[in-house]
Amino acid sequence: MHLPKGSKTRLYEKQRASFEEAVLPHLDAAYNLARWLTRNEADADDVVQEALLRAFRFYESFHGLNCRAWLLTIVRNTCCTWLQANRAGEPTITFDEELHSTETQSTSPDAALLANADREMLQQAMEELPQEFREVIVLRELEGVTYKEIAEIAGIPMGTVMSRLARARGRLQQCLARRLGKDA
Amino acid sequence: MRNVDCRQAQQLLHGYLDGELDLVHSVEMEQHLQNCGACKSAYEQQQTLRRVIGGGSLYYRAPADLRKRVRSELRRVNPPKLALNPRLRSIMSLATAAMLLVTVTWAVDRNWRGDATEAVVDQVVASHVRSLLVDHVADVASSDRHQVKPWFSGKLDYSPEVNDFAPQGFPLIGGRLDYVNHRPVAAMVYGRRKHVINLFCWPTTGQHSAALQPLQRQGYQLFHWTKSGLEFWAMSDLNAAELQQFAKLVQAAGTESSAN
Repeated sequence: MHLPKGSKTRLYEKQRASFEEAVLPHLDAAYNLARWLTRNEADADDVVQEALLRAFRFYESFHGLNCRAWLLTIVRNTCCTWLQANRAGEPTITFDEELHSTETQSTSPDAALLANADREMLQQAMEELPQEFREVIVLRELEGVTYKEIAEIAGIPMGTVMSRLARARGRLQQCLARRLGKDA
Repeated sequence: MRNVDCRQAQQLLHGYLDGELDLVHSVEMEQHLQNCGACKSAYEQQQTLRRVIGGGSLYYRAPADLRKRVRSELRRVNPPKLALNPRLRSIMSLATAAMLLVTVTWAVDRNWRGDATEAVVDQVVASHVRSLLVDHVADVASSDRHQVKPWFSGKLDYSPEVNDFAPQGFPLIGGRLDYVNHRPVAAMVYGRRKHVINLFCWPTTGQHSAALQPLQRQGYQLFHWTKSGLEFWAMSDLNAAELQQFAKLVQAAGTESSAN
């Protein structure tokens, strides 16, 4: 089908405007996820730009209602590809969920004590989390994404979402308790 | 409603915390937490953890210039394609390229040939009209084909067949040198009652023969054909039927002469 050049351009402009309107409001969410997955602002910048161009290329295939989840899925995948290419040398901690399943109960810090954790402490505890735990925490606690959406974005079954969140929270709690204990 | 024990409560705690439990489990958890201090304490810790993590200090907002850069990048890149898999897309672009090539080749060829033919027709018509206007139909006025044919030799790089069709009612008037299609060509002039027929012929590039093809231009009749490496144009203000009769005579004579 041959469209006149002018109408083709108008079509592209329309598409770009529609994309910007739908996707750009979620730029913060995209950047936040990329920042936590790469643990670096400059890298997050690069990954988000790449992810958005990728999203634009496949915008026609997006027919869903949940634009944020769609975009975050692309951002996450772009991050994973980027990490494989640029940080392949880094040791990846595969967390044995069975082995650490009793962790939550071993030492339970006081709720009041946890409230004293400062930003730096939280930041470190978060960055120490294995990636698969960090991403569910970021999606749930920072983005307020539902279990169903987390399952979609991270590509895991719904049942795994809750157990992963439980483990991730347990790890965070342990880590913070240790630091707060040292400080005390 | 059944009671939830501590073990179950531990499993349901995070779902409860995130508001992801169905109504039944939610109520069960609520009741258990009211009755169990240990689980309630665990729940409160998790609530606090959620509050400190989600407090906002850990949220990284996109830098202002990132939004700008993304916008300008979007204006720089190619528009989105249909989301086909890359393999299919490459096959499709190959097919499109091939089709485009065929179309362009066909169009150019057609256009070029069409224009060329059209240009020749124009020149033939112009030549015929000119010959009548200046009342100079023949450079060599002779009904004797043995005079006309030698006259052309030395003036052309080919030797046209010259025949007299007086017995059939198309007497030879003479011969004329003309310039058509960027080359000097032979124009043989015949008469039919008061009408003049110009028969142009020159060597053609192809060796193929093309059948008689009638054309009309500015009220004139034209017949075009190619035979034995020569291109023929017969033109007159004569009616089409009679001009076709003449054209067929010329064609037949050529066969006889080449047979001789």
